[in-house]
Amino acid sequence: MSIAALAQSMGITLKALFSKPVTIPYPDAPVPLKPRFHGRHVLTRHPNGLEKCIGCSLCAAACPAYAIYVEAAENDPHNPVSAGERYARVYEINMLRCIFCGLCEEACPTGAVVMGYDFEMADYRYSDFVYGKEDMLVEVQGTKPQRREAAYTGKPVKKGYSVPYVRPELEGVKPPQQK
Amino acid sequence: MMSLCNRGQGPGDRAQGLNPFERIASSGPAPTPYLCSAGQNPAISLQKLLSFSLLLIAGLSLAADPTTAATANPTDPLWMVGIKAFLVIFGLLTAFAYMTLIERRLLARIQIRQGPNRVGPNGLFQPIADAIKSIFKEDIIVARADKVIFVMAPLISVTFALLTFGLIPFGPKDAFFGYDPWVIDLDVGILYVFAVSEMAIYGIFLAGWASKSKYSLLGSLRSSASLISYELALGISLLAPVLLVGSLNLREIVEWQYQNGWLVLYMLPAFAIFLLTSMAEAARTPFDLPEAEQELVSGYNTEYSSIKWALFQMAEYIHLITASAMIPTIFLGGWRMPGFLEQIPLIGGLFALPFVWMFVKIALFLFFFIWVRGTLFRLRYDQLMVFSWGRLFPLALAWFVLAALVVAFKLPTATLGWLSLLSLLVFSVYVTLTAKPKPRVTPRMGAGD
Repeated sequence: MSIAALAQSMGITLKALFSKPVTIPYPDAPVPLKPRFHGRHVLTRHPNGLEKCIGCSLCAAACPAYAIYVEAAENDPHNPVSAGERYARVYEINMLRCIFCGLCEEACPTGAVVMGYDFEMADYRYSDFVYGKEDMLVEVQGTKPQRREAAYTGKPVKKGYSVPYVRPELEGVKPPQQK
Repeated sequence: MMSLCNRGQGPGDRAQGLNPFERIASSGPAPTPYLCSAGQNPAISLQKLLSFSLLLIAGLSLAADPTTAATANPTDPLWMVGIKAFLVIFGLLTAFAYMTLIERRLLARIQIRQGPNRVGPNGLFQPIADAIKSIFKEDIIVARADKVIFVMAPLISVTFALLTFGLIPFGPKDAFFGYDPWVIDLDVGILYVFAVSEMAIYGIFLAGWASKSKYSLLGSLRSSASLISYELALGISLLAPVLLVGSLNLREIVEWQYQNGWLVLYMLPAFAIFLLTSMAEAARTPFDLPEAEQELVSGYNTEYSSIKWALFQMAEYIHLITASAMIPTIFLGGWRMPGFLEQIPLIGGLFALPFVWMFVKIALFLFFFIWVRGTLFRLRYDQLMVFSWGRLFPLALAWFVLAALVVAFKLPTATLGWLSLLSLLVFSVYVTLTAKPKPRVTPRMGAGD
């Protein structure tokens, strides 16, 4: 044990004392996420507003946790929902089963299901963890409990994360507003 | 020794659920206990010890009373002394509470994290929350514990920790609203400080003894052994400054430093030894053997909970605060500001306040102690003992002899300053000679740079 080494270690801790903490006071400050974070799924749309999902169920086939349920239906040619022949009439993901591996996103031939950033999905009932189309389409902000609280308080959904940029696969998703 | 004494008895004794000593006392001739002198009841000798220490408390508090003690210099009326004593105790307890917060925040920042910041703005109400929590927690008294001593041990710790702070002068005479800014002014100042702070070991030792737990006992044995070893170097390191100043009175030591310059300039080795041993005295990190969490659960206070545990923490922190008030008082000019600042006209007048400089110096040393805690590891027990007996003790003795020679042959005081410089030089040469060479970095095979 040399005294020079002791002095050196004192210097290291002094430097650490004046550096910015690496931990984040999370509910007060947003968690900085990487752009490729695997969060709640987003069902994206084409620029013309049509859904990308064609109800092919490849995501459900790829899912290792059997978390996805898709029920397809024929598009009405005059008033189509999606860009293909068929569309997903029911698209459900059980967030309790989902392991957020992203294989559904890789399997999707049209890039319809993409891993988003929302992760604050803690809730009270099992049934509330089954997210349908109305919970995952691009225009929907936040998760089920977040939207429930926003409806209760009358304030917009407060997201607990920040991203440097939104990756291009998440077409139409805007980064959360930073104060 | 309790657990060791149980060895000689049969397995059936445990089922009885009796205190082994009650059993010895009640059921006639006991089997000769292993590792215990036969027939003697250690509890009785401990009670004698306790009553003796209580007598000592009474004696010391008499000595501390300015009206009765011949050595004290009474200047203030008794009611004022009472108010000041209350202020010191109240201040120390508040300082303890906020020291826990400051320490946790600083340690957190040293470890690059935030620290407690949830209760109140910036976590400022954390100590209050802690206090409420520790008061309302379940207060467990171990079934087999020696109940009286078990309850008294934390009280002894805190009492003796609180007793020393009143000696420290915080300013010139009549600076505290026309009264003296110290509680008592004893001519035996340093002696009193040592006598009282030494007594705090009893709290720790009795706590370990009374809890009837192996961890507590080992922790208390360790801490009493280490505290006694370090007291030696601590006391001897202070002999040299006392010899030079010619007084044990803290107020006079501060005055001497005002006239002749800070004692740290003359007494660098003594200062270094005193700093290190103060750390050991307050059981701080490089020497925090008593509560080596990884080895002893929590040391002597393992069996303590609720407010009694908090009292031990309190005693420890008050020791720390007292130590960081004693070091500047003895070595760094006490409540006086640095001499060279006084030459500057504007600042000299501005900062010549009685309390400010003392608080600044105390804060400095408190920070230093926290900083050391955030950096250094704990010494192993044998390393601790070797460091105390093999390094600090001879060093302190050697420096004391040198200082005594200088004083005896009436050499100028500056000689000691030069000797301090010389010792610093010798120390740095020693450091450079013993420094390990940097390990040669061998290039990694295979991995392209």
